[in-house]
Amino acid sequence: MPITTEFEYVKPKDMDEALHVFSLYREKARALAGGTDLVMHLKENIARPEVVVDLKALDELAVFEMKGSTLRIGALVTFSDLINSPVVKSRFPVLWEASLTVASVGVRNRATLAGNICSAVPSADSAPALAVYCAEVLVRGIKGERRIPIGAWFTGPKKTALNPEEIVTAVELELPGKKSAGCYMKLARYEGEDLAQGGVAVLVSSDDTYRVAVCALGPAPSRCPGTEAALNGNKLGEKTLARAKEAILKEVSPITDIRSSKEYRLHMTQIMLGRALETAVARLFGKGAKYGTENIA
Amino acid sequence: MKKHNIQFSLNGEKVAIEVEPSDVLLDVLRGRLGIKSPKVGCDRGDCGTCTILLNGKTIRSCLALAVEADGTEIVTLEGANTTRKWTQKLQKKFHEKNAFQCGFCAPGVILSATELLEKNGRPSAHDIKEAIAGNLCRCTGYEPIVAAIEETAKGR
Repeated sequence: MPITTEFEYVKPKDMDEALHVFSLYREKARALAGGTDLVMHLKENIARPEVVVDLKALDELAVFEMKGSTLRIGALVTFSDLINSPVVKSRFPVLWEASLTVASVGVRNRATLAGNICSAVPSADSAPALAVYCAEVLVRGIKGERRIPIGAWFTGPKKTALNPEEIVTAVELELPGKKSAGCYMKLARYEGEDLAQGGVAVLVSSDDTYRVAVCALGPAPSRCPGTEAALNGNKLGEKTLARAKEAILKEVSPITDIRSSKEYRLHMTQIMLGRALETAVARLFGKGAKYGTENIA
Repeated sequence: MKKHNIQFSLNGEKVAIEVEPSDVLLDVLRGRLGIKSPKVGCDRGDCGTCTILLNGKTIRSCLALAVEADGTEIVTLEGANTTRKWTQKLQKKFHEKNAFQCGFCAPGVILSATELLEKNGRPSAHDIKEAIAGNLCRCTGYEPIVAAIEETAKGR
């Protein structure tokens, strides 16, 4: 399928040059990193930019390092990079587990984490994991830098808090203060590559605090504060779990689409929450399925 | 639109070519450079028939702009079978085990398997299935493909 939109291609050598292009072209400029979404959007005429800005020559966007308790993931870091990182696997295992569920190897070798949250589809697999690690999105424009908490990042289906003259430079994750374990549970139609019908990430800490976040169960991925409130301070028992399952139904608003019905998604939200919590608690005590094990089937 | 002169290594040979910004890498490889192992299947990144190795990693060439290839090293099945350790062994085993029928998916599957075996010489059946999850085959039902990759790894 040829691309019928005509656009210029530029590959800036430094950040100032890149930001200058975005300040001039604004909505008419599109950032290119992995391109797994953008090239598709160009083919389908969903994206009709005047200029495509290839960011792959900007070394500062390739930064991928742990400093203190903060992991910085540059905008050029791919899902394969995340999966191959011992730091992500050991310190941010929910993100590691979620990365394994993104598309397939050949897509993950190109697709970036930053691209995933910029595309901002409701089913973005990385989003619930970023939410439970209280990620911040670092963006830069010609006027300077901003840090946007992941909770304020997604503003609707395929919509974000990014301004037209800005680009994402990195995503930063904070280590949970206490000993913790988690789980990302993705519901899909089959094993292998599929978009999520629903996704639930949980993080359980040794002081009985809980973080819960979802994707594909509403217009945008989100944390579930009401569910967390029902859980916090309690050990995971039958009653606590029942309260949490009650609470999460008030925090999701799934639709019926080609992948499943609203009713099925609502039903499975509770089941996924239960299984994710049980898996996370087991992992907290060194038991339960290894991270990355197919956990929903 | 401004055309770009790009250079890259294709199966070990230097290539210099002029491309439009909107040219898709897969179309340039097939239509202008005579490289026919990557196929146009779904043309949207789902089926894996357009798989090539870019700087040693499998990518979907239908989801890359040709201009992005500037300065890279591209290996397709045509080149992989003489330069990558596992490719020819996989080809022979696929042939022996009848692991493809129409053959449309085979170049992509074999490159994905090449990448897997380069990283993991002793893959489990699950590792293999995960590695080729992005390569759809409508003929075989996958069983002979998984078996061929498994046996190649074991050197049987």
